[in-house]
Amino acid sequence: MNPVLSIKRLCSGYGPVEVLHNITFAVEKDDYIALAGPNGAGKTTLVKTILGLMDKYTGTAEVFGQDIRGFKRWDRIGYLPQRVNAFNPLLPAMVREVVGLGLLSQKHFPKNFTKNDAVSIRQTLDLMDIADLTDKPIGELSIGQQQRVFLARSLVSNPELLILDEPSTALDPVSRESFFELLKKLNVSKGITIILITHDTAQIGKYANKLLYLDKKVVFYGSFSDFCKSEEMSRYFGHFSQHLICHQHD
Amino acid sequence: MINITVLHFLHYAFIQKAYLAGTFIAVLCAMLGLFLVLRKLSLIGDGLSHVSFGAIALGLFFGIYPFYVAIPVVLIGSYVILRLTERARIYGDAAIGIVSSLGIAGGVILASVSKGFNVDLFSYLFGNILAISNQEVYLSLGLSIAVLLIIILLYNDLFSVTFDEEFAKITGVKTERINLVLTFLTAITVVLAIKVVGIMLISALLILPAVTALQVARGFKGAMLIAVLDAVISVLFGITLSFLLDIPAGATIVMINMMFFSAALLYKKITKV
Repeated sequence: MNPVLSIKRLCSGYGPVEVLHNITFAVEKDDYIALAGPNGAGKTTLVKTILGLMDKYTGTAEVFGQDIRGFKRWDRIGYLPQRVNAFNPLLPAMVREVVGLGLLSQKHFPKNFTKNDAVSIRQTLDLMDIADLTDKPIGELSIGQQQRVFLARSLVSNPELLILDEPSTALDPVSRESFFELLKKLNVSKGITIILITHDTAQIGKYANKLLYLDKKVVFYGSFSDFCKSEEMSRYFGHFSQHLICHQHD
Repeated sequence: MINITVLHFLHYAFIQKAYLAGTFIAVLCAMLGLFLVLRKLSLIGDGLSHVSFGAIALGLFFGIYPFYVAIPVVLIGSYVILRLTERARIYGDAAIGIVSSLGIAGGVILASVSKGFNVDLFSYLFGNILAISNQEVYLSLGLSIAVLLIIILLYNDLFSVTFDEEFAKITGVKTERINLVLTFLTAITVVLAIKVVGIMLISALLILPAVTALQVARGFKGAMLIAVLDAVISVLFGITLSFLLDIPAGATIVMINMMFFSAALLYKKITKV
């Protein structure tokens, strides 16, 4: 069986600047990967490459056994961007309209919505526990509510792989906890493979089963228990930092 | 007395033609204007209208019907703006400035060299929908229907790109193609709107209905409906008042649009309190 994601000898960047160097790793079905690393480590560049947003890279990147250069089934991948306020705040879009945008990847010209789409949108809003927001303009919601709407947008096409770019940055501690719980539920009960970019390394070990630590190259990729036992990581991070990352997990 | 005048006025063929062409062009401007305003491309209408000035001068210079020259030239101008923005690492407003000044400069040089068509050329600056010819009505209706069909067919893609371009790209929307289509539709609409409000006031017809609607609407489709109603009512009232009071139609349409915008701002302020 093909891995959900397979990256081999990937080098990617912007113009002459190489951000990622010789990256190799594979993500299996049902994995919940915490993707961590310092600022400028190439986390977002890696995600953009996986999502087909980077034109120039070398090496191979395959999703569901297909090279991303020819990949068409984007409905199998859900994406929650880093900044929820990356959307146009002046556009008076309703929550149901925003969530519906996640269905466009399944559609062909002229991309009309059907009654089944309305049902899918309603079910996803129910799953996110925000059905009461259906007819509210997105701009009138709190950051936490907007975050759930955008998660609904990435889930409405029933993706098998969900990629999230620092989704908890703008959330308060309580909302952050419930957001991570929700992701865990999606991973366990719906079998959605998750790749989560996060700086919250002290917390994420409670939810994710693997850690991918990048610093332009792969510094560590494996389970949290392997990370915590690794002498090499202990030398790389120092005992204290390694303990901080492992503490919550233990 | 007024009633008789109004009824009488509605029987004139030139008024009927102005209403018909004006309504279609108003709908186009309102729908496209909403996308342009939300994508911070409001001034592309202004820039392309300046290109149309040069194109109309070119048509008059060679004795060709100006709109037949203006449509391809403005389409090329819109393409150059888009490519300059995407490929030459120039911000959109700077690209618009470059192309629009080229249009004006070309028009002024042609007018200066020919010395024979300045009156004709300057009549395009402020438009005169009451003098619209049969040929222009057919051209306006045909192109308006084509543009409207394209907007309807690409509505969800246009909406997605306007809301969040990066996410649109991830969901398979051909964002570069959509941007090109939007720019071409704007180019055609700008040429059509020359007859309604003139080169100098085209951007008002693109911007004002959209910003008015955005003050009061809650949903995007609601905003589009309000923008269309605003634009159509402004054009129909503008034409009527222009005839009754013997004042320029284009400027009257813009002033009515401005009143709607002020009313929307006031409404927003009152309902917020």
